[in-house]
Amino acid sequence: MASWPILSITTFLPLVGALFVMALNGETEAGKRNARWVALWTTIVTLAVSLVMLPKFDPSVADFQFVEKQPWLAGTIVYHMGVDGISLPFVMLTTALMPFCILASWRSVQSRVKEYMAAFLFLETLMVGTFSALDLVLFYLFFEGGLIPMFLIIGVWGGPRRVYASFKFFLYTLLGSVLMLLAIMAMYWAAGTTDIPTLLNFKFSHSLQVWAWFAFLASFAVKMPMWPVHTWLPDAHVEAPTAGSVVLAAILLKMGGYGFLRFSLPMFPEASVEFAPLIFALSVVAIIYTSLVAMMQEDMKKLIAYSSVAHMGFVTMGIFAITTQGVAGGIFQMISHGIVSGALFLCVGVIYDRMHTREIAAYGGLVNRMPLYAVTFLIFTLANVGLPGTSGFVGEFLTLIGTFKVNTWVGTLATIGVILSACYALWLYRKIVFGPLVKPSLASIRDMSVREIFIFVPLIVLTILFGVYPKPVLDMSAASVNALIDNMQQAVAQKTAANVK
Amino acid sequence: MNETFQLAALHPILPEIGLAAGALVLLAIGAIYGARSLGFVTGVSVLLLVVVGFLVATMPLAGSAMGGSFIADDFSRFMKILVLAGSALAIVLSRGFLHGEPRRLFEFPILILLATAGMMIMVSAGDLIALYLGFELMSLSLYVVAAIDRDNARSTEAGLKYFVLGALSSGMLLYGASLIYGFTGTVSFTGIAKAAAGGGIGVTFGLVFIFAGLCFKVSAVPFHMWTPDVYEGAPTPVTAFFAAAPKVAAMALFVRVAITAFPTVTDQWQQIVVFVSIASMALGSFAAIGQRNIKRLMAYSSIGHMGFALVGLAAGTPEGVQGVLIYMAIYMAMTLGTFACILAMRLGGANVENISDLAGLSRTHPTLAFLFAMLLFSLAGIPPLAGFFAKFYVFLAAINAHLFTLAVLGVLCSVVGAYYYLLIIKAIYFDDPAPAFGPMHADLRLVLAITSVVVLLFFVYPGPLVDAAAAAAKSLF
Repeated sequence: MASWPILSITTFLPLVGALFVMALNGETEAGKRNARWVALWTTIVTLAVSLVMLPKFDPSVADFQFVEKQPWLAGTIVYHMGVDGISLPFVMLTTALMPFCILASWRSVQSRVKEYMAAFLFLETLMVGTFSALDLVLFYLFFEGGLIPMFLIIGVWGGPRRVYASFKFFLYTLLGSVLMLLAIMAMYWAAGTTDIPTLLNFKFSHSLQVWAWFAFLASFAVKMPMWPVHTWLPDAHVEAPTAGSVVLAAILLKMGGYGFLRFSLPMFPEASVEFAPLIFALSVVAIIYTSLVAMMQEDMKKLIAYSSVAHMGFVTMGIFAITTQGVAGGIFQMISHGIVSGALFLCVGVIYDRMHTREIAAYGGLVNRMPLYAVTFLIFTLANVGLPGTSGFVGEFLTLIGTFKVNTWVGTLATIGVILSACYALWLYRKIVFGPLVKPSLASIRDMSVREIFIFVPLIVLTILFGVYPKPVLDMSAASVNALIDNMQQAVAQKTAANVK
Repeated sequence: MNETFQLAALHPILPEIGLAAGALVLLAIGAIYGARSLGFVTGVSVLLLVVVGFLVATMPLAGSAMGGSFIADDFSRFMKILVLAGSALAIVLSRGFLHGEPRRLFEFPILILLATAGMMIMVSAGDLIALYLGFELMSLSLYVVAAIDRDNARSTEAGLKYFVLGALSSGMLLYGASLIYGFTGTVSFTGIAKAAAGGGIGVTFGLVFIFAGLCFKVSAVPFHMWTPDVYEGAPTPVTAFFAAAPKVAAMALFVRVAITAFPTVTDQWQQIVVFVSIASMALGSFAAIGQRNIKRLMAYSSIGHMGFALVGLAAGTPEGVQGVLIYMAIYMAMTLGTFACILAMRLGGANVENISDLAGLSRTHPTLAFLFAMLLFSLAGIPPLAGFFAKFYVFLAAINAHLFTLAVLGVLCSVVGAYYYLLIIKAIYFDDPAPAFGPMHADLRLVLAITSVVVLLFFVYPGPLVDAAAAAAKSLF
């Protein structure tokens, strides 16, 4: 057990960096440069601090580790932090991706650099906090607080329809979350605490489970996003700056899945089992419908956004299959999607920075001028499709196995989505990269710079590593996932036993 | 009768006496030295409020005075400190306005002092007589303050409108009080609580009229009509004052009357408060969307916020009252901070009031823009800012009291309300810069700094306020 509060340091180090960046003079060129470097180093140091946790983390224990507890709000609401096998992968994903976000904004953001970097660092604090909070109110604080920096990132540095997109993002998410807040309060009065480890073992009455389950669904379904409340995502993605899209797709969306795993399943087991068919239905619609929608897109970012919705459909399906494979696959799929979709948005960013358009029709034949880019983009396209050997395959495969065991029809229909994803992803790749280079505007386009290569190499390594050797991630979460499934089955079995009597 | 007048019996009321006496002395000084004394009077007024606040905070709670008309308990102490802080900050906010005017009105701080004395009596009222006394002392001072810019047609109109409608509400309050007295035979709150136990049509009628008068002062729907006009018409520092301390005092009185005088007929007034609360939240959220004038927008915003605070009262439990107290404390900080920002909107020596004037403020005044945006996010109730905790505690109480419809409608209104705050933030951050405002006055900086610290850092150390509010709430039950 670490004697120093390593989780709090990981969480609040970016905040310190943000305050430092805010104190710089942002008007001068030197100030802008300093802001970039301070932000980069803050995220790198945060990553290093979080890496310290890995060897100390004991994956054989399902309990929370690195626990910190301090009195906070009067009464029973305390500052309680800790991670287990379910949350640690997300913490690592967050800290690992942030340096790339900063690097991706190195040249493309030239106005108000100081504020931009501060917003990203502030966002990192809130994201890490969301995944490591062990008190519901504290969780809500981090979860909702993320709206402020993301609203500003989309609205200030976004594209032409940024105002619409940022408002839609903010209000959609807020609307879902306030209902969750009421459920949190109801749980507080029912259990007398908002301490997550205590609540995990508390048996809520059936009616409260149902209401609270739906209230949490309102929040997480929007965040995830699930069909039919996904419409804010394409708008937000298209308008956000590249790094904003990366954070959105790679980390913010995962908060929804994490919420299902942390709260909905273990705290409301009966309701989760009861309404799993609803989630299956929504997931299948998401997988098939949004894949079809993705095929019709003319904007690269929009296409990837819809593909995100489809991939998140696999995640919700796997989670609510409530089998070991399904849940583990859901976690793996989220981590994998975090890396792959983040990388895809970065790929779009590379050519957007050069051509300032995201229209698919404006490109074609890039392989002739940008061979390195073509390879990179190919790897991530195939990972997005779920080609064996890439991380995308493992997640989809596990979620499908987990679902087949429970419901063959859902599993079969979802498999169609795998084919569809190959259609739209390869179609996008062909349109942009292959074919003759005929557009005069592309005649002088340059291949990736050293900085860009430096961004993509680690992501490629991770994608392929997790594809051929997924053990590290799966092992990390195995004990917690097993405990979660066991607890749920017990709770449901007790309930059925009680009904039989 | 050989009861002798004992000074010791007046001990609990000494802060009020001191404040009123100080105001009268300052009035004499002002009358003798005229406009020259403005600086002195303003400074001493703030000092007086601070000293009285210190007295209130440190004095042992002596129970009641004047045969129970005047109560000094944890509740009154909490609210009085809020009221005094609100008035002191409002005077600080008004300095730029007063000194810039050709007339240099020394009456302004003195009127605020008198209004504050009235508010303190309201907060401590233990019977209907003290209630009315404090209520009118405050109201009469406020009518004059609203019209203080007497050569300005809008200010005069605001004062007149406020006076006419205010007099009507005072009448209603008085009528309700007389009905209650007639049916229960007593004016003391504890006596009413005992006598009203059986309910009855007379008590219900009296209750409704008293609540109507109180709703007027907290500007809750359907007695809110004066608010947008008065907020817009009155000089901005006056609006800032109106939005803060009097609201706190009136809300305190509302809570005390409901909890101590009518605890036996809770189900009678609970439905009134629930309705008023929902109506205020809904109107405050929807009507503010169309506003272009920021003062008018703040008027609707304050209507909405009073609706949220009343959610706590509707619960009728100690947790609910605690929620109201926390709400009012945080609301006051947010409002005064926001008005400090609004007062900083000066173009070429004149105040401007349109939201579009704020366009691109983040480019021209980055720090002001940042703090303004944070205050607005806080007003919208976004964590981790203080405004979130304000809403958190009232809704927590409402859920505990099983007022689920109220809670759900309330949070939905808060989402609608977030929209218009976002519109201001959009102007500040997303839009291209409009002409830059002049430099910010040091007084405004001070108020903005104090309130921003409260709003931004409340979540770090919420204990003291939450505990104090819990103790204050407990003293009513």
